[in-house]
Amino acid sequence: MSSAVLGLDTQPIGRGRPGVHSTLTRGSALGLGVAMIWFSLLVLIPLAAIVVTAGQDGWQGYVDTLKNPQTWAAIRLTVTQSLLVTLVNVVMGTLIAWVLVRDKFWGRGILDVLIDIPFAMPTIVAGLVLLGLYGPKSPLGINVANQRSSVTLALAFVTLPFIVRTVQPVLAELDTDVEEAAASLGAKQTTILRRLVLPSLVPAIAAGAALSFARAISEYGSLVLLSGMLPYKTEVVSVRVYSFVEGGDQTAAAALATIMLAVALFVIVALDIIQRRVARRG
Amino acid sequence: MVKLPAPAKWALRIIVVGYVFLLVGWPMITLVQNAFSDGLGNFQAAFSDPDVVHAMIVTIEISLWAVAINTVFGVGMALLLVRYEFPGKRALSALIDLPMAVSPVVIGLALLLVYNGRTGWFGPTLEAHGFQVIFNSPGMIMATCFVSLPLVVREVVPVLTEIGDDQEQAATSLGANAFQTLRRITLPAIKWAVVYGVVLTLARSLGEFGAVKIVSGNLIGQTQTASQAVEQEYNNFSQGEAYAISFVLVLLAVLCIVVVSLLRPKESSS
Repeated sequence: MSSAVLGLDTQPIGRGRPGVHSTLTRGSALGLGVAMIWFSLLVLIPLAAIVVTAGQDGWQGYVDTLKNPQTWAAIRLTVTQSLLVTLVNVVMGTLIAWVLVRDKFWGRGILDVLIDIPFAMPTIVAGLVLLGLYGPKSPLGINVANQRSSVTLALAFVTLPFIVRTVQPVLAELDTDVEEAAASLGAKQTTILRRLVLPSLVPAIAAGAALSFARAISEYGSLVLLSGMLPYKTEVVSVRVYSFVEGGDQTAAAALATIMLAVALFVIVALDIIQRRVARRG
Repeated sequence: MVKLPAPAKWALRIIVVGYVFLLVGWPMITLVQNAFSDGLGNFQAAFSDPDVVHAMIVTIEISLWAVAINTVFGVGMALLLVRYEFPGKRALSALIDLPMAVSPVVIGLALLLVYNGRTGWFGPTLEAHGFQVIFNSPGMIMATCFVSLPLVVREVVPVLTEIGDDQEQAATSLGANAFQTLRRITLPAIKWAVVYGVVLTLARSLGEFGAVKIVSGNLIGQTQTASQAVEQEYNNFSQGEAYAISFVLVLLAVLCIVVVSLLRPKESSS
């Protein structure tokens, strides 16, 4: 998996400014048309349907949905756990990336492959796998099943690769001459880390953190078996949306989904801005 | 280059290896132990059930469709985004990333609202013409396409930008038509990026759960997928079978990762 998968391109796709002349030929315009029809049918119209359905009851619909204490508890749990896990990832992800790039020891290759596993593993299996070690039959004697901590554990598992994989390439490309120069001029190791290395990693860490947060607040599959989905205790927003859908209350489901969509859109825009800043510096 | 003192270096190693081992490594070992807890018994029990075999086949079929559609869309879209200028390009490029940040449940709901046969925007019309989307494979393919939409585009775009269009222009000026240029120049250059994108899309498609669960209706023996079968077996207290199916799914996913990591170094040397 490359940083490109995770959305941190160092190369911006283009600088389509309003008023830019189209350079489409007849063939490519046709291609764009076909691609846009498919993209609209698959993504744009369905997402618009969520917003329209949510808007059927006007603002009152949103207010009613949010005022529901069970929904509110789910939102609170999701946001606090996602922030907590993102914070853990900022620290652990950066450390893992550092060890993968700057350290050499036997088994580093295995470590590198292990990082990608949460990304490729089916989410329902992720829950089951964690249940094997941290569930009722835990060989460690730790049972988090149906506890708050099960949400933290599942989210930490599924978001593990994001910061590692955005920071790793930036760290690998970092010019070590500057560090040598600073050291030869008498800078202490901690000063070099704090003043030189960390600042150049900040955009990558920020991009990884945004992806990690976005993934955490939208997670569903890995929580199904592990968390027990108990209302007021381990029920997250995605699970709440699912139970609205199952109960046939599409308006409430759409209202809650609209809020999640707004957060997703915010993250994507933030990522776009970070990407372009990195590209300009590059 | 920063040289950490030996104690700090060892402390870092132990923290990092310990964290990854407790979070990923050890749970994977437990999965293997649980799957093989009575030899091959769990596998025999799971895969002698025709519904489980059917679920596995459904998963593979849906994934292959999604991979095919996303590869064509991904390569085409990457070419359009990199090689052409048109109004709204930046917005389109950002929107293509959106599926990465949207919850699978929301994706399922979105498709349900448009394509369900009773109250959907297009659903009743489509079903009147005999085309059922929801609770049927077209809906499941769409849900899978949606969740894995950006993967091919994101792999191909940086490579296309990197190689530039000099060779393409040279080919065109020597009289090659657009199709020849694409087949002889552009596609060979982006080959490996497309392969990574395909492998990642495949891994993501095989494991999709939330979005497909909503649009498939989880009809056992019909639209149930492998990951839904895992949930069902687990909830029916057939944990051995659940672990056996999971093991097969993880094996496929890990195979995908290994293929990607084996392919990747070749790119820099070529």
